[in-house]
Amino acid sequence: MRLLTHNMLSCNIKGVTNGFPLKLEADKWVTKEVDLNADFLRGVFPKIEWPALVAAARALDYGDLPEQADGSMLTSEDFLRRFHHALLELHVEEGALVCPETGRRFPISKGIPNMLLHEDEV
Amino acid sequence: MELTSPSEETKKPQKKAVITESVPKIAKIQLVSSHPEVYEPCDDSFLLVDALLADRLNLINQNPKFCLEIGCGSGYVITSLALILSQCNPSTQFFATDINLHAAQTTLQTSANHGIHCEVVVTDIASCLQKRLQKSIDVLVVNPPYVPTPEDEVGAVGIVSSWAGGFNGRTVIDKILDVVDELLSTNGLTYMVALSENDPSEICQVMREKGFGSKIALQRSTEEERLCVIKFWRERETNEVDREITDNGSSLNGWLGRVPFVNSLWKKGNETSNS
Ligand SMILES: C[S@@+](CC[C@H](N)C(=O)[O-])C[C@H]1O[C@@H](n2cnc3c(N)ncnc32)[C@H](O)[C@@H]1O
Repeated sequence: MRLLTHNMLSCNIKGVTNGFPLKLEADKWVTKEVDLNADFLRGVFPKIEWPALVAAARALDYGDLPEQADGSMLTSEDFLRRFHHALLELHVEEGALVCPETGRRFPISKGIPNMLLHEDEV
Repeated sequence: MELTSPSEETKKPQKKAVITESVPKIAKIQLVSSHPEVYEPCDDSFLLVDALLADRLNLINQNPKFCLEIGCGSGYVITSLALILSQCNPSTQFFATDINLHAAQTTLQTSANHGIHCEVVVTDIASCLQKRLQKSIDVLVVNPPYVPTPEDEVGAVGIVSSWAGGFNGRTVIDKILDVVDELLSTNGLTYMVALSENDPSEICQVMREKGFGSKIALQRSTEEERLCVIKFWRERETNEVDREITDNGSSLNGWLGRVPFVNSLWKKGNETSNS
């Protein structure tokens, strides 16, 4: 699971109003290099919840993202490289996602988050 | 290896791209992973991929950021879509969901076998993604469980849920239709398999009421079933066009002249409102 995906996941247990961002607990992760595309990053930036990305990257020991970011930074090659690395090159293999409201844990196994709800949660 | 190969391919033979493009790549059956509880690529899967191939230029021109498959099964379809797009759109991101964990794992394996990366999530339809991916999906592909069955088989554990569609085969389809509007981007396209028993024209009617245009992109009859792929897109509303015209301010005629497509749309809208 990439951090891009983490940034797009929320907990949808019935009644939960504040299911984002899920807290990332990572036991195992890997880095896989992929070509950087600045246009893609600029296009996707407005969709990203920055603080959630910073927190998730930190859970993977990557602390090189600035605490805050705005569109003006997208001209900086250095910023784009860090953004790219956090968003697309880090893959969580084993761990869990924890709902900020209920504390419900969703396991991540072999790179796949299992967000299925129990019957009494839908 | 999995990750770098598709983008490397695009980089290297730029000059030859036009020639190799004439034989578009899709997933190879011998590289599709399998599991006893996962739906194997079948006539419906092939039909959907054929519809994507037929619309290949449209898909490429769209330069999609995000593509999503709901109910990915073996991963044959999303991998094929990724291969169709990878040559010209190396940054497109692929997401896939399934309620069956084995299907999710199989899809991840199938995509990796083809040098593609797809983000896979186990969830009902797209429920944990639909909030944050609101109006963000540029291409949505679905081969849903469409076979008319007793209602209690829908979503059952194991392989049954890959075909069990409930009353008229519409139970899961109707839930998916409900989220298309939420997920699809302004220019987004949806391709969905349906069976004649699902009443495709009624499906189109439902989507028309939500503001979507639709057409049967492809159909095929086998010995057992009559299948089709329905394509949906967001219809541009007349007042939306009007608003853009006012936003663009002073030189209305000049602007319209530069955008012939919108021009004709606008005229059409005017004609209908006059009659
Ligand atoms: C007809 S199979 C298609 C598989 C694959 N996409 C293909 O074309 O070969 C339908 C798939 O949808 C999945 N599915 C069924 N109900 C679902 C739901 N509510 N949410 C997500 N996936 C679902 C099944 O597990 C199965 O993998």
